[in-house]
Amino acid sequence: MIEFRHVTKTFPQGRSTVTALDDIDLTIAENEMFGIVGESGSGKSTLLRLINHLEAPTSGAVRVDGEDLSALPARAQRERRRRIAMVFQQFNLLANSTVFDNVAMPLRLQGRRERDTVMQMLEFVKMAGHRDKHPSTLSGGEKQRVAIARALANRPRILLCDEPTSALDSGHTEEIMATLDEVRTQFHTTIVLVSHELDVIKSSCDRAAVLEQGRLAALTDVVAPPTRERTGSYADRAREYLA
Amino acid sequence: MNDLLARLADYRGEIITSIVETGYMIGNSVLAAILVGLPLGTLLYLSRPGGPYERRWLHSVLNTYVNVVRSVPFLLFVVALIPFTRWLVGTSFGTTAASVPLAFVAAALYARFSEQTLLDVPEQTVELARSLGANPVQLITRFLYSEARSGLVLSLTTVTISMVSYSTIMGVVGGGGVGDFAIRYGYQTYEYDLMYTTIALMIVVVMLIQGTGTLLARSIDKRAR
Ligand SMILES: Nc1ncnc2c1ncn2[C@@H]1O[C@H](COP(=O)(O)OP(=O)(O)OP(=O)(O)O)[C@@H](O)[C@H]1O
Ligand SMILES: [Mg+2]
Repeated sequence: MIEFRHVTKTFPQGRSTVTALDDIDLTIAENEMFGIVGESGSGKSTLLRLINHLEAPTSGAVRVDGEDLSALPARAQRERRRRIAMVFQQFNLLANSTVFDNVAMPLRLQGRRERDTVMQMLEFVKMAGHRDKHPSTLSGGEKQRVAIARALANRPRILLCDEPTSALDSGHTEEIMATLDEVRTQFHTTIVLVSHELDVIKSSCDRAAVLEQGRLAALTDVVAPPTRERTGSYADRAREYLA
Repeated sequence: MNDLLARLADYRGEIITSIVETGYMIGNSVLAAILVGLPLGTLLYLSRPGGPYERRWLHSVLNTYVNVVRSVPFLLFVVALIPFTRWLVGTSFGTTAASVPLAFVAAALYARFSEQTLLDVPEQTVELARSLGANPVQLITRFLYSEARSGLVLSLTTVTISMVSYSTIMGVVGGGGVGDFAIRYGYQTYEYDLMYTTIALMIVVVMLIQGTGTLLARSIDKRAR
């Protein structure tokens, strides 16, 4: 469970400050797929980064499973952060490392060499055949799948996704969203999904928060859209949609 | 031509000695670049304003140090450093003593180059390391150096080549080396062909160093292609 209690976050900017988040109150339940939408600069990424404590709140408290990371020493914070994985818009794969080494990284940082876990995660995202390639040879969708495999390697309780499909075309977007849906059902991961693409939120999330200039403008249940056909190639769907 | 070859044969001993001396001075300074310059550059990168471990005072102290070492004219630097050199290696004369100022310059140069190379690593790489709970050592070795490795090799190549050039004047403190040989036997005894031969030799050496560096950098760079 993730709780925001009167969370405000400001950043210094020159002599004044910018308020990125303003008095946010929010509870995200276990195994929920929670969406965060809002315009550029509305504070979506900041909200996400508060959850794994890459940023500390200026005031108020963020608690994960009842624990406030601000209260912990740096070492313990790093330790907790490993249970909260992150998926980025630009994938953030290490360009000089192979697919396998990228996925193995979270484990190696803890001195763990678990080949099987890595291969299992690569199987899960259907990238096992690409394990010896370097990221530059992969498509955007494939890169993001590798990034998801990496995020899962530590068996995280929480998966934070910051615009995971914004750099992808629509075919790859659906593929990634399908993968995230599967992550939730197979691993019971709580997923917090930031996106400005309403379609993406609508198709997968249970609830969503709407941010506006750092304030929580709305908190709403998401009604799933009429089930869309997720099969067929991009060309098939394009023809179907346009004709 | 035959005459030149004959004299080269005569000087064979001295030529080999001077090549060994140059190699020794450059080896020492490249070692200093790696063992001192790289950590210094890494600290500059980490401690910069807005960096992953911002320490403004540390950054400005290191930054000033690097600027000072790089801005003093080299010959003056060699002379100014004599008391320190004498304290460190017991003498201010000879090849080992000559290595000291070279090592200082190499470390400062490589500190600056490696800082700049690290600045080219995408900010997202640091963000990734933090989100994975990497500790500072892991951030440096497994993320920064890994992603910056080809740039680090290329800039070390540049430093090495600069040291070939700097080392030529170490004759002033009895450092010897190829440059000293060219001046003593080529220029001062009017054997210009000997001097030009030596210059040609150094050009070949520089090209070899550059070629090796470029090749190595390219083979470990997997970022695009
Ligand atoms: N490290 C920082 N330093 C200064 N200001 C920041 C920092 N991070 C965010 N901000 C500011 O806080 C506000 C919210 O930023 P945030 O990145 O959370 O927005 P966002 O909703 O993710 O936007 P986008 O859709 O463009 O990614 C913006 O005004 C931004 O300029
Ligand atoms: Mg953002």
